[in-house]
Amino acid sequence: MSFLKADEINVQYEDMHVLQEVTMEIDQQKIVTIVGANGAGKTTFLKTIAGILRPTSGEIRFLGDRIDHLYPHKIVEKGLVRIPEGRKIFPSLSVLENLELGSYLPKPKAKRPESLEKVFFLFPVLKERSKQLAGTLSGGEQQMLAIGRGIMSLPRLLMLDEPSLGLAPVLVREIFRSVREINKQGTTILLVEQNVFTALDLAHDGYVLENGRIVLKGKSKDLLHNEHIKEAFLGI
Amino acid sequence: MTIPGIPLLLQAIVNGILMGGVYGLIAVGLTLIFGVMNIINFAHGAFMMLGMYATYWLYVLLGIDPYLSLLLTIPLLFIVGLLIERFLIAQVLDAPGHNQLLLTLGISLFIENFAICLWSPNFRTLEIPYLQNVVNIGTVMISIPKVIAFLSAIIFTALLYYFLKKTDMGKAIRAASEEKEGALTVGINLKKIYYVAFGIGAACVGAAGTVIAPFFYVNPHVGGIFVIVAFVVVVLGGMGNFIGAFFAGLIIGLAESVGAAFVPGQVKQFIIYFIFILVLLFKPEGLFGRSNE
Repeated sequence: MSFLKADEINVQYEDMHVLQEVTMEIDQQKIVTIVGANGAGKTTFLKTIAGILRPTSGEIRFLGDRIDHLYPHKIVEKGLVRIPEGRKIFPSLSVLENLELGSYLPKPKAKRPESLEKVFFLFPVLKERSKQLAGTLSGGEQQMLAIGRGIMSLPRLLMLDEPSLGLAPVLVREIFRSVREINKQGTTILLVEQNVFTALDLAHDGYVLENGRIVLKGKSKDLLHNEHIKEAFLGI
Repeated sequence: MTIPGIPLLLQAIVNGILMGGVYGLIAVGLTLIFGVMNIINFAHGAFMMLGMYATYWLYVLLGIDPYLSLLLTIPLLFIVGLLIERFLIAQVLDAPGHNQLLLTLGISLFIENFAICLWSPNFRTLEIPYLQNVVNIGTVMISIPKVIAFLSAIIFTALLYYFLKKTDMGKAIRAASEEKEGALTVGINLKKIYYVAFGIGAACVGAAGTVIAPFFYVNPHVGGIFVIVAFVVVVLGGMGNFIGAFFAGLIIGLAESVGAAFVPGQVKQFIIYFIFILVLLFKPEGLFGRSNE
């Protein structure tokens, strides 16, 4: 039984086919990345797993159970947590309130103190700024807050949508370091990135999405040396 | 225009503040619903009227003290609001604004006309002996039921503020009002937030109806008088801004009452709309800004 399996997923907006026959398998404890250009359907795929979009056909199974018909909050309850593109933190709530809301559901709520400690250990700056309004944080700190809020939900699969977007290189490294650390502690990661090289360098497995279709998949080490990828993304 | 004497002016200020608190409570419910759901609830006045009738009948038929009836009218209006959201408003949340407007206006017309069928359009008043008293402080006469209404409005607003600030549910409501996608990612059930927020909004205005009933007539159309003012208050306070709405309620109450001391009776409504137009022209985000920004 696979950890997460998406089987021949199709997603349509009106008459636009955004995802076509996407099949993907994610193994437990791995870091899996989906790379591809803007508009390839990466965000759509994560939103579909999270239950925000419904596939027009195909099925998604988590630990053998179908989840493609569940409401978003039920999917979070199962431990599939998405950190959306653009962070989507709550700007007029304090940093601490943002984190508390990460553990809004009953099970995460029971572990709120332990989870908070974990987040503050991973991102000490959030502890310093816990009373500040989240909207006053810098871009990098907001991304840390978004990831921290995700950790508060006790994820079994953490889905990150473009966490490096708009950040300075030093902060990108900091964010990727934290992703590796979260993975080491046992959380499976699904990482969507435009930053192809860094993402493939971090991940175990990779998928390349082009115009809503998977055109390549494999060990990310192999993908890094793939001629098509070099040409399309790395400009080599 | 006449220049009022000092005693009359003091009287107007006291009356204005007392009524302003009630306007604040009505507007707080309206602004909460708007902030969370982006819906302008034209049925708000109908909810208030239901609160007033509930209090009236509980007193007339069962002899229940109007203030004690809050224990019944608040949950009653919460449930009415919740059910209306769950089964009607929820259907149009993604629809264009004019569809939402037609629905809430339709609900309002339905409730008001249903009230006419049930209770006739007659004006009724509660006559409660112990509330007929007036306290004199110097030259200023203070009506006891207005003071109670004002204090109740402060207490309910403070309780609601505490709920929104300190409880997980309250934080989830604030979170959902400013970042829907973020709320989904932490597992907040937005549908539930919507009907709870709508229920709370209805309960606020129901409570306002109850505390007004001891000194105001009850009639199926009575809600309209207050709710039009509440719309002005909501805009003045900054759409969706909770605390702003309460203070804007005080400002409008004062403006209306003090203004009425200067101009003949029927022209006093003019003052409120004059302020409304000024705000829309020069500070459309409201005096206190939108809470979410």
